[in-house]
Formats: sequence, C-alpha cells, structure tokens
Amino acid sequence: MVFVGSDVQQTVPTAVKIVIAGGFGTGKTTMVASVSEIPPLRTEELLTEAGVHVDDLAGIEGKDTTTVALDFGRITINTTVVLYLFGTPGQNRFWFMWDELATGAIGAVVLVDTRRLDSSFPSIDFFEHRGIPFVVAVNCFDGAQLYTVDEVRHALDLDDGIPVVLCDARNRESSKTVLVGLIQHSMNRLAAV
Amino acid sequence: MTAREDWWYDEAAGPLVRPYAMVRGRTRPNAPDLHLVTQVRASSFASDQTSLTVEHREIMALCARPLSVAEVAAYLDVPLVVVKVLLSDLIERGDVLVQNSSPQIPDRDLLQAVLDGVRGI
Repeated sequence: MVFVGSDVQQTVPTAVKIVIAGGFGTGKTTMVASVSEIPPLRTEELLTEAGVHVDDLAGIEGKDTTTVALDFGRITINTTVVLYLFGTPGQNRFWFMWDELATGAIGAVVLVDTRRLDSSFPSIDFFEHRGIPFVVAVNCFDGAQLYTVDEVRHALDLDDGIPVVLCDARNRESSKTVLVGLIQHSMNRLAAV
Repeated sequence: MTAREDWWYDEAAGPLVRPYAMVRGRTRPNAPDLHLVTQVRASSFASDQTSLTVEHREIMALCARPLSVAEVAAYLDVPLVVVKVLLSDLIERGDVLVQNSSPQIPDRDLLQAVLDGVRGI
C-alpha cells in the first residue's frame, strides 16, 4: 500500500480551479472556451425541482428531478498542476452548486454586461460574503464600451480593492489577461493576510 | 403516473434508466470526498477487469491519464452522482487511485505556478 501511495504522489496532479460567474448571457462559457485547451465539457448534477441537491439516488425515481449543467474547461499548467475553469449555472437558484464550485477556488471572475448590470449583483454578493477573491470583468460585446471602468465600479458599488477590467471574452489574450489579473489579486490577498 | 412516464422519456432529463442499471442498486458513493476537480487515475497495477461492467471499464480506459471527476462524468455522459458511485467501486478495488485531499485554497507557490502557466498558454 505504501508503494501505491507513493504512486499517487508522483502521478496524480494537484487540481486548482477558477470560477467564471455572472448573469445569464454574459459570456461565461465563451470565456472558458477562449482559454481552455479542450472544447468546453459539460457535466450534469441531478436535483429536485425545488432546487435541492440530489447526492443520493435512493428514492429519486419518485421525485420530480431536473439537471443543472456545468460547463468547464481545462488548462494543464505543468506535469503536476492542472487548472479547471468552471462556469456557474445561469440560474441563481442553484446556489448549492456555487458553494461546491467556490470551495478551494483560487477565486472568481464576475463577468458583467453593462446593458444588464443588475444581473451581476447576485454573483458579486456571493463572493463578497464568502470572502472569495474576485475580479469584475466587463465583457465589451461587439467592441462596445458603453461605460468607463470607474462608472462600472460606481454603479456596482465595488470596494476600491476589487479590480475592474474591460475584456472581450471571445479573445484568448483578453481572457488570459483577466485570469492573470485574478491570480495576482489572489496572491496579493494572501500576502495581506 | 403520467408525469412519471413523461419524465422517464424526456430527453432533457437524460438517460436516467441507465444510471440505475449502472450502479446496480447502490445509491451512494462509498469513497468520501470525491469533488468536481478531484484527480483520479487508473492504477498501473489494476486487478483482473473481467468482472467489471462496461462503464467501469470505460472509466479505467479514460483514466489511463489523470482526470478530474467532472471530466470522467462529462466523457462518460452520466450525472456526477452516478460517476461518483462507479469511481468509488474502482477505488475500493484499488484499481483507481485518487488524490486524497479536499479542495484547499492554494498557497503562494502553487499560485505562482498557475500564474506562470496561464501566462505561458
């Protein structure tokens, strides 16, 4: 068994994750796709119609169930570390999934569409209340920059310490820049503790 | 009953008959702490696979390289709860090795490695 254990140490990488959050249609899966080394994958959790997590198949046949889909991508960092990018489910009622996604995450990118600013409030509240590092990325659809960073910061009532950046989620370099900003923000937070 | 029949044949609900067959009555994974990103990998010393189901063997083939639980579920196209049960069977047999830690907030060295890695893609 010792031999098997050392086998695990040598060959099973450490997994880390980043959450890509935001309201419906803000470009979460687009951002995952633009930086992932594989086409985004989709996995499904079962839950009851009431939004309760199904973690046990016993008796499930008698209940009304639905599925919640998670889209995610992967970036192999090196032979010992792999990064996963998870888009949050669009519907805010699936909060239990957000908890699992956020646990142990490096942090979160909250994507914002300035035409629907209010749709990003629940995401921002979630990460603020749990003390999870996050950055706000304004997805400039069709190159349209309707507001400045300062205007968005003010409209979302964000603390000065929370980075706000403009991005194009379809663009790999732009999405990379957002992720780099988030990781640096997490490192700064760690150093400040 | 009508609603239930609709449910069984609703495409959007996914193939829920098969998951029951796949897990053969077991309803809860025995292996604790299988999270979305938990890494699993087929052991190089796997036991005789003749008694395994098709799904178990598919997992063994997929996990020739390390994968997350979420990736295994996605490639197998079954709900996460089902893949956790199947994986826990293989872990109990010693055929699949598992990263034995809960998701932890990365330390500075790990964050630096991720930062360098993302910059390099």
